[in-house]
Amino acid sequence: MQKVINSEVETAIAPTTSGLESTPVIRIEPSRGWVSLKLRELWEYRELLYFFIWRDIKVRYKQTVLGAAWAIIQPFFTMVVFSVFFGKLARMPSDGIPYPIFSYAALVPWTFFANGLRQASQSMVSHASMIRKVYFPRLALPIARVLAGLLDFALAFLVLWGMMLAYGITPTANVLWLPLLLLLAVVTSLGAGLWLSAMNAQFRDVGYAVPFIIQFWMFATPIAYPSSLIEAPLLRMLYGINPMTGVVEGFRWALLGVETAPGPMIVASSLAAVGLLFSGAFYFRRMEKTFADVV
Amino acid sequence: MSDIAIRLENISKQYRIGKRQKKYRTLRDVLTEAAVAPLRRAGELLSGRTVEATGLNETIWALKDVSFEVKRGEVVGVIGRNGAGKSTLLKILARITEPTSGYAEVHGRVGSLLEVGTGFHRELTGRENIYLSGAILGMKQTEIDRKFDEIVEFSGVEKFIDTPVKHYSSGMYLRLAFAVAAHLEPEILLVDEVLAVGDDRFQKKCLNKMEDIGQQGRTVIFVSHNMPAITRLCERAILLEEGQVIADGPAHQVVETYLTLDTSTTAMREWPDPETAPGGEVARLRAVRVCAEDGRVVESVDIHEPFKVEMEYDVLKSGYVLLPHFYFWNQAGICIFGTLDIDPEWKGKPRPAGRYISSVHIPGNFLSDGMIFVNAALITQGPTILQFWERSAVAFQVVESFSDDGARGDFAGQIGGVVRPLLEWDTEFKSDVGGREWLKR
Repeated sequence: MQKVINSEVETAIAPTTSGLESTPVIRIEPSRGWVSLKLRELWEYRELLYFFIWRDIKVRYKQTVLGAAWAIIQPFFTMVVFSVFFGKLARMPSDGIPYPIFSYAALVPWTFFANGLRQASQSMVSHASMIRKVYFPRLALPIARVLAGLLDFALAFLVLWGMMLAYGITPTANVLWLPLLLLLAVVTSLGAGLWLSAMNAQFRDVGYAVPFIIQFWMFATPIAYPSSLIEAPLLRMLYGINPMTGVVEGFRWALLGVETAPGPMIVASSLAAVGLLFSGAFYFRRMEKTFADVV
Repeated sequence: MSDIAIRLENISKQYRIGKRQKKYRTLRDVLTEAAVAPLRRAGELLSGRTVEATGLNETIWALKDVSFEVKRGEVVGVIGRNGAGKSTLLKILARITEPTSGYAEVHGRVGSLLEVGTGFHRELTGRENIYLSGAILGMKQTEIDRKFDEIVEFSGVEKFIDTPVKHYSSGMYLRLAFAVAAHLEPEILLVDEVLAVGDDRFQKKCLNKMEDIGQQGRTVIFVSHNMPAITRLCERAILLEEGQVIADGPAHQVVETYLTLDTSTTAMREWPDPETAPGGEVARLRAVRVCAEDGRVVESVDIHEPFKVEMEYDVLKSGYVLLPHFYFWNQAGICIFGTLDIDPEWKGKPRPAGRYISSVHIPGNFLSDGMIFVNAALITQGPTILQFWERSAVAFQVVESFSDDGARGDFAGQIGGVVRPLLEWDTEFKSDVGGREWLKR
């Protein structure tokens, strides 16, 4: 019986494969040393990436009362609190811009970054059962988590636009740089997220550390205060090694026309972010082989 | 083109199974370890070394030098006890985990079905989950579009297709999940025990679908504890024992080898450790035996002789009405019959906690010859809850000795059938008219 089936299959397949070997051959063997990023494979799985993003967006606010309003509530009310305590009570300088919009312009990209980082760092652990049962490029999970935050970003950004209208601030021509600045935030969030998600797979300590890391990072980023508090150019550049400094200052510069053009700072931020992304991606890929066993 | 679908060459996989504990640990040990371990771990983490390399942990070889080839279109069953390495083997072929050494070549697109409902999200609707799960299992969107109606029809949940699956009954959920998986069309399909879930009707549907897949000439690797399913679906089987291939050949032979590996998998099976015995808080199965009428455990029974199958179990909580039952399966994967405990002494009565033995008496001249597998199960009633369901708990051989008073009379050929009852026959001589009429022609 089986023999018959075999020969049928062979004849059925033979014409298409006689010339070209069309069946993919996968070689499974232990990987050693630093492995490649396999970006081509990730590209082949782009549909899955799209489905992950779509799912993350779709389920994010399921069974919540306020739904997508949370995308606005989070940065908006942080801005309100900041405006009261830092703006009014502490009289924090704000580069000559009304404090609420000064802080909100920073909180919009920051919230995107922080949520992306938090979501990405949990992505391995929260998909443990899937990782143990089916193969796909694991990189798709943290990437989807970060990219899914773009919708929230867009909603919060609309509010920012509205506030600018209300305050009568017209954006400068530099607004054209915004997509690149957003890309910088994506790269930073993903870079850090890759590191933390890979670590989190093996050590759940990371889950506890992430809220701290985000909190510290927030204070190390000029959100509640202007980076102009640091004056020495060299120091400012060093400060820019925190990629979110570049993002936040860039947003203010492009949208609100803050005079302190963040030139060298952005360069430092971009280099740091790219470094973070590549190191994170390689670390992730290196640890990837152990995920199914440890997660 | 080569007709090899899968080739494994000395595949080994090592797992660590946690640190060996020293017998006595002083507080100082604990404190120094607590202080040093995080630093050491952090060092390991950053260097990307995996922890097993440091020699701190006990390791176990889940697979050791496994080599075999699977031809295109072959349906191969992989059997073995729990922990024999079956699932690890599938995970390596599915690229979920890497081998520690050795290599494998897989020719063709691989679909793995190691779990029903992989990637399902409770908050999403049936429709959305079909797309999501399909994509995770490796289907393209156009492929899912094309098969969508077929999937929905197969699952039988048309009416609820736009309802979030969290509102589904577990049966509906399983059917939908399996429907997606069943419509995967890879060249090579890896299947692990998915049939261990769901009710019998659903299982049958799954088995039929698997049979279809096999007949379409696709390569299938099928891991299961369900021996009748293995012999029914696979022409070849591989037996793993402690990570090594110990038998490879025609499925029914390998299944027999497996069942005779040791006594615990044949006519008698015991669970000495109450913690790991099948069951839950109410009842746990402790032993199943195939016995002759005098109580001896027997590996094979004569087709003409009565015998009994008994289950020994602990009832841990008093006050439940228990319903022990057995299902008898033959080697072709056909359920011969199921039978429930109808002993009037306990029928409908709550039982006190304690140890019980329930036996069913099988008459002689009833079963057909061949290998018989027995599933032992127990449910509690009101509400009906399955306490345990031990598939192929025991197996035994029904052998046919020739005797004058048997069901086959003097016939020596194959009879077949799932039962071989000794029925009463009457043959009457009416008259010699019939014979005379033929003679006239």
